[in-house]
Amino acid sequence: MKVFKISPAELDTMIEQWNKVHVVYAPAMEKQAAASPDCAPGWCRVDGSAALTLLPLLTGPTLASVKPFFFPQPETLLTYTLENTRPDKGMMREPERSKDMQVVLGVRPCDARSVLLNNLPYQEDQFFQANRQRTALVGFICDQTLSTCFCSRMGGSPLDNEGLDLALSRAEDGFIVEVCSEKGEALVTGLELAPAPEGDISALAARRNAGGNPSATELDSLKGSELGTLYDAAMWQSLGEACINCGACTFICPTCYCFDIQDEVVRGQGRRIRYWDSCMFPLYSLHTSGHNPRGQKVQRTRNRFLHKLKYFPDRFGPFSCVGCGRCVKDCPVNIDIREVMDDLMHLTAVE
Amino acid sequence: MPTINKRISEEIRAQARKLLEEGEVAAVLGYGAGSLPMTVKPLVVRRPEDCSKLIWSAFCVLNLANYLPAALKSVEPPRGPRDPKHEGPLPKVAILATGCWSRNIVVQIQEHQVARGRVVVMGVGSRGMVSRRKVEALFPGLEILAVEEGDHELVVRGADFAETINRWSVVRDNCQSCTHPDPVLVDLRIGEPVSERKNPNPFKQVEEIEQQSGDERWAWFTREFSTCIRCYACRNACPLCYCPTCFVDDAKPQWVGKSLDAVDTGLFHVLRAYHCAGRCTDCGTCETVCPMGINMRLLTKKLNKDVLNLYNIEAGMEPDSPLPLTTYTMDDPEKFIITELTPVPRAVKEGK
Repeated sequence: MKVFKISPAELDTMIEQWNKVHVVYAPAMEKQAAASPDCAPGWCRVDGSAALTLLPLLTGPTLASVKPFFFPQPETLLTYTLENTRPDKGMMREPERSKDMQVVLGVRPCDARSVLLNNLPYQEDQFFQANRQRTALVGFICDQTLSTCFCSRMGGSPLDNEGLDLALSRAEDGFIVEVCSEKGEALVTGLELAPAPEGDISALAARRNAGGNPSATELDSLKGSELGTLYDAAMWQSLGEACINCGACTFICPTCYCFDIQDEVVRGQGRRIRYWDSCMFPLYSLHTSGHNPRGQKVQRTRNRFLHKLKYFPDRFGPFSCVGCGRCVKDCPVNIDIREVMDDLMHLTAVE
Repeated sequence: MPTINKRISEEIRAQARKLLEEGEVAAVLGYGAGSLPMTVKPLVVRRPEDCSKLIWSAFCVLNLANYLPAALKSVEPPRGPRDPKHEGPLPKVAILATGCWSRNIVVQIQEHQVARGRVVVMGVGSRGMVSRRKVEALFPGLEILAVEEGDHELVVRGADFAETINRWSVVRDNCQSCTHPDPVLVDLRIGEPVSERKNPNPFKQVEEIEQQSGDERWAWFTREFSTCIRCYACRNACPLCYCPTCFVDDAKPQWVGKSLDAVDTGLFHVLRAYHCAGRCTDCGTCETVCPMGINMRLLTKKLNKDVLNLYNIEAGMEPDSPLPLTTYTMDDPEKFIITELTPVPRAVKEGK
């Protein structure tokens, strides 16, 4: 792996260079009064220099996760016309897709990991894969974590570069740049960057070693536990009672990836779109027959947590949560997944 | 001397325990401590020994009336679809209520969602609830780790700072413009009553927008709602929204598109607000729970103003009074039918 050292001014130059050939995005610094028309809420297009604005970003997760870059809200799958005069009426066509590389700046290790986790169920999904191919993640290793951060508990680390294409970490008067992938390699090709001094590299490695081995966590006992015990736990009752069943947690979550598909026709022009859905909504699990296997609020609340902490790991290995803490902060009724995990751990310990 | 809210917390615990022990109610709807500073959890207490979990603070921003119909249902004896109706009185539920929440309970009674005889309203005069967002905005880039609450000030602490701020300055907009902070329906009084507030201009925020031109208002509307992610927290936290299937969730027929198209998002917010006309008590929960910080409350506040001007009614003040928008009289204002349309903003006409 190549490792460079750059000054903030050089970072600015890099971003300027990328901006000439790619579409560059950066996190919005505060809850925007208005969403930019050309990107998802919580993100903005970068124009000009950005390094200085990115500096405060060394703490805590970005406002919005990187999810909209991989699961656009909505994604147009097919288009068609319903005009009677057109010979191709009703014929489905693949829309013109942008092949432009999008470079996303300021990505956190937790969010970078979410893309790898989402890739497990979406390995054969052409739309996700196409978006992944054209998206480069330029991230910051976390200098500090917030009290709501719990990535280490979920098997990640605030110092990880896994899933990032370029990983920046703060060093004295500048940044260390780790090139972590071919996409990252392409981003630095043609730029004259100085290799990082050995001292900086070993200091970073020492920080990572001091963090311990994050791959095994105490939560792993959930994976081996009996599903029935977790499913029938009394705790769901009080949790379901407090939950208002809105979709806030699922929509701000980087690893909630459920969608629904629908046709929209406006003035004879149709498009088939894939848009975010939430297992908190009754319509999500409603069958055509009218039967709803998760007709009650408590069933839907339980499903979200057990999907992340049991069903997903049973099938794919890791938990479907990166510990970014966004849901902890933004749940309207303060349902805290860390407390849910504690309660589940307690249950399995008793078992 | 313990703070006012500490004393209220103690009184809530004692009264709740008494109600449960004496079998007067089967459950008490209140708040428990949250896991983060400036948060609370809604809590349904069913056992006297759990009453110690109940708290009262300046951060009780969720409207508990939203939970009342489900809590009442939960204490009813189980009954199958073909079983005969239960004979005798059904168990009661006690609920904490400030001015606006008590008015929501009145609306629930008026709309037959809640039986008056089954509710014990534990009335608490509201001193205004604090907006977590307003406090956080005072400390940009800093993480708040603890907030200590005094009667008139808050001590905000982070990893390397501690600052005292004025409490009223960070009270939510809806509480600052509230005129009825004391509950209108009380079975059991908690703490001291608070007097009606002489609010010189409760609709100031609305009037600021009303004074703008059509184009400016359209610009405000499109900007304000552009960050909506359609999570429906505003709807689900609202005690007025109890339809079994909301119009946005209806699939057959489908009324509203599902993506983040501005037209669909705008339609949702406008229709939601209109469904609340004549019923909304400006409790501010919709605005408080929005993860994107959208001020959708201003739409309902505008309708509250219109209903007050047209019918001289504020929602939920008296259980026996009629609902303004489902009652018809011969002298109802009808000027709007004959039309006095405000000009359509140019941006709308041109389909921008």
